Amino acid sequence: MRGYLLGKVAQAFLTLLFVLTFNFILFRVMPGDPAALLLRGTAAYNPQNVAAEKARLGLDKPLPVQFATYMRDTFRLEFGDSFVYQGRSVSEVIGAKMWPTVLLVGTSTIASILLGLLIGIWSGWRRGTWFDYGSLGFTLFAYAMPEFWFGMLVLMAFAGGVGPFPAIFPTGGYETVGAGFTGFRHAIDVLNHMVLPFTVLTVAYLGEYALIMRNSLIDVMADDFVMTARAKGVREEQVLWRHVVPNALLPTWTLTMLSLGFVFGGAITIEYVFSWPGLGWLTVQAIEAKDYAVLQALFLIFSAAVIIANLIADITYMYLDPRVRAA
Amino acid sequence: MRTEPILPGEAPPPAETPPARPPRAVSPRRIVWARRRRAFLRVAKMYRRNAMGMWGLGILLLFIFVAIFAPLLADRSTMDPISPTTGAPFEPPNAHFWFGTDNLGRSVYTMTIYGSRISLTVGLAATIISMVIGALLGIVAGYYGGWLESVLMRLTDWFLVLPWLALAIVLASVLGRSLAIIILVIGITSWPGTARIVRAQVLSVKTRPYVERARALGASDWHLIVHHILPNVGPLIFANTILTVAIAILSESTLAFLGLGDPLSISWGTMLEFAFNAGAATTGKWWWLLPPGLAIVLVVLAFTMCGFALDEILNPKLRER
Repeated sequence: MRGYLLGKVAQAFLTLLFVLTFNFILFRVMPGDPAALLLRGTAAYNPQNVAAEKARLGLDKPLPVQFATYMRDTFRLEFGDSFVYQGRSVSEVIGAKMWPTVLLVGTSTIASILLGLLIGIWSGWRRGTWFDYGSLGFTLFAYAMPEFWFGMLVLMAFAGGVGPFPAIFPTGGYETVGAGFTGFRHAIDVLNHMVLPFTVLTVAYLGEYALIMRNSLIDVMADDFVMTARAKGVREEQVLWRHVVPNALLPTWTLTMLSLGFVFGGAITIEYVFSWPGLGWLTVQAIEAKDYAVLQALFLIFSAAVIIANLIADITYMYLDPRVRAA
Repeated sequence: MRTEPILPGEAPPPAETPPARPPRAVSPRRIVWARRRRAFLRVAKMYRRNAMGMWGLGILLLFIFVAIFAPLLADRSTMDPISPTTGAPFEPPNAHFWFGTDNLGRSVYTMTIYGSRISLTVGLAATIISMVIGALLGIVAGYYGGWLESVLMRLTDWFLVLPWLALAIVLASVLGRSLAIIILVIGITSWPGTARIVRAQVLSVKTRPYVERARALGASDWHLIVHHILPNVGPLIFANTILTVAIAILSESTLAFLGLGDPLSISWGTMLEFAFNAGAATTGKWWWLLPPGLAIVLVVLAFTMCGFALDEILNPKLRER
């Protein structure tokens, strides 16, 4: 068990190292000079200052030295200065946007996993019923649908108000600007802004979890021990919740965690659609402004989040699966 | 008469009995081709019985038809903002502009019809890149094994955990905005899944007795890969290709929506980007949002349905169920 754990941690660490190296190389081969980009549009823009800026950023040093500096800075969470928000560090810019994303993506992910698993259990257990076909059809449709398009339709219906739909929710943002709400009123205001993006993210991803759970459940239901349990006279609900579900959860859990990489993708477009001022929204701003310093750091953060999610999946798996625990 | 059990994934023994009197001097190549033709017909027959697959294929053919015959279906000048054939801004659907017009008075119908060309091209081209990388890495890793396999699979795992959209965004914004770049970016971010599936299949194929026999007869690695491994992995690669096209089209629409697409070639994703930036969602211009979005959903759905159906027929692991 110690060996398993150490192996997984080492693997996560190696992956992180790969991402760091990849990031370093990518932003060294890109066209354009970061020093010039930092100074562009300011009065200080001249060859001399660009050269001085280059020296300050360490871009005139040999690559291995640059790499060492880059690694050291990254582990201290120092990502340099933003190209666009002049005079502000990347960490500062990103730090300010962290909480909204954690709030939105965190809650909607939990909600969609829970709902998805329940739907998956029900449709696998009642395989071939209208509920099963309905949820399969929905899953297929949700899979084929660009989540930002779904977001726009929901925005149009419930925030813009079209035809029979009432415009009952705000069109975007994190809070009512200028209202100055505090305490409880503020929390309600934020929740009111969160309803639509939360719903869109939850609905867009629950189908995937439902499908994984359904297929896993059907596999397990064919196992011999299920028949044994039934032959013993175990009640049907007991067969489902005590025998089938725990075993079906194992593969589901890993796949669910692996799919988190896609959740971040959805968060980027959905935050953009609903002007939710989080990391995804910041990503789109950084693309538009060509703020490579911020983009580079965001890419690292998204990758690190997925790597950590995978590590957590592996560790929890250890507790869920007695075979790994015993090894 | 074979005595060993049929391994999972191995083709079942042909139902047709071989001709009683084999004609003399038939080249092995012809036998192989005849066998492949039979296998293909068998798959085609199974596919025809698959309702989901046939629906998918039908929708797909419709879109391919639309893409090829776009000039016959829509007047291209109605999507040129400086042409006199365009209408007033934000016209709702009417007899002249079936899907209404956008903020520049361009016909949404025409843009949707012509958008199919861009979206399908990007989807197919990106898939080819992704398949070549994935199949190559999968076959090399599975066939040669050893340290090469460890290195390649490690690389695959790394790419698998990277959040693909963040990676694609970073690549696309660093490399620039053109159709070729979008294709390249989607191609090099979507291969890891294929590499893993192919490797697993190669691992099971390469231990089969007939491969060992060929090796004992002195077949080179190249010969073994091309004549024995590839034909057995090919169908699975094909099923995977179809599923990857769906993902590639979705990816293209996402990147285009985020403003990373080619501004000169209007895809469905680009249309949605224009619509969003012009406030179509908050001002209730439903006719501008629905056609491109529904087109994406239908095409992706069609590819996915075809892919699932093929996977069901060709994937030995699913066939057992």
